[in-house]
Amino acid sequence: MKYVDEYRDPVLIENVAREIARTVKPARHYRIMEVCGGHTHSIYRHGLRDVLPENIELVHGPGCPVCVLPTGRVDDGLSIADGDDVILTCFGDMLRVPGTRGTALERKARGADIRMVYSPLDALKLAQTNPSKQVCFFAIGFETTAPSTALTILRARALGVENFSVFSNHVTIVPAMRAILDSPRMLLDGFVGPGHVATITGCRPYEFVARDYGKPVVVAGFEPLDILQAILMVVRQLNAGEARVENEYARFVPWNGNGAALAALETVFALRPVFEWRGLGFIPESAFEVRADFATWDAERRFAVPGVRVTDPSAAQCGEVLTGSLKPAQCRLFGTVCSPERPVGALMVSSEGACAAHYRYAQRAAETEPAGV
Amino acid sequence: MCLAIPGQVVEMHPDQPMLAKVDVAGVRRNVNIGLLENAAVAPGDWILIHVGFALSKIGEAEAHEQLRMLRAMGEDELAIEEVRGYSFADDRGGAP
Repeated sequence: MKYVDEYRDPVLIENVAREIARTVKPARHYRIMEVCGGHTHSIYRHGLRDVLPENIELVHGPGCPVCVLPTGRVDDGLSIADGDDVILTCFGDMLRVPGTRGTALERKARGADIRMVYSPLDALKLAQTNPSKQVCFFAIGFETTAPSTALTILRARALGVENFSVFSNHVTIVPAMRAILDSPRMLLDGFVGPGHVATITGCRPYEFVARDYGKPVVVAGFEPLDILQAILMVVRQLNAGEARVENEYARFVPWNGNGAALAALETVFALRPVFEWRGLGFIPESAFEVRADFATWDAERRFAVPGVRVTDPSAAQCGEVLTGSLKPAQCRLFGTVCSPERPVGALMVSSEGACAAHYRYAQRAAETEPAGV
Repeated sequence: MCLAIPGQVVEMHPDQPMLAKVDVAGVRRNVNIGLLENAAVAPGDWILIHVGFALSKIGEAEAHEQLRMLRAMGEDELAIEEVRGYSFADDRGGAP
């Protein structure tokens, strides 16, 4: 209970923790995946492992868009900046993601015109103020972010701005969850569902997890109390032999999601037949591409994107960590060959990745992590 | 990455119906409200903001809760830096 003092409601936290301890069946092992990288970050930052019984095991999911972007897509995106009269724009967290020929920051230092933006609308504005340049936005993110890109493309069309385009790497979380559930190494009992993604998607898309796979899903917020409450709700369902989707974050998440945002996604994007995820491989219908109706604003149609495939070193065991069969520190590359400074695998790339979070808070985690699975 | 920042609407732009000026911890910027269903927002309303867009309307208690969460995650400064960085609309609500 060492870190409990930092929490907002230490008494509430202790109550929920005590309730979890009372509720778990001692003879049973509970493997629960928090899907969202924001949850992973919060769990490590707040030392939540410390307040959970030993037979609850948290498995850190694929909900980190930087982490799951394959190196080949990074290379493809950065190659756009090699063109003449091109300004490549991206969010700050993309700047440090390594491609095979360095990061965006390193390319920028070598003379490429790569600029950080805080909104896709900033990129559109750059296109308006630089009419002689091609301005491309390197788009990443789950459903939280994808509608903003969609609306920016609609805005570009409405304004007739044709020197703006999007290199879409937007992904959708549900097929990734399905891929994990279908994995032969799958050991999970239930899920803590993503909070901010669900403000857009609602809870409905997760119903298949309960219906088809018999696993509970509890959509949760990001405060320690939210996460513990969601874990308790998952444990209660498991003990009762139930599998339902519950919404712990109802104060932010409407059951049916945000209709306007979903409509914008549907208008601008189509699902790619297949898309590669770092650590998980090729997953059908798991990513968004710009529809042919919006070809003018699709960087993959505008530029000769090489379509590079870069295989991660086979020594990296990201897939096993993602499906819960290995802990981050049990990967043979963890902390030696693969570190946040020189990431080899997907999960070491962003602070929301399980391995980067584990590395950063390793001191704390080392005291509490069970020795093996 | 999926960071969402709470802000309070301080001004609407009658000639720019897609924009609302919001206050985020003292920083004032225009954000796009095109993703709000039944986009009726008015000065005083609280919204969740992500990469320049309002994602949803929220209550005041939720807004404070969200700020507290960002602080607890050590991401509040990053959030304010993001809002400060929005450069797509000038203070009077210029395009896009």
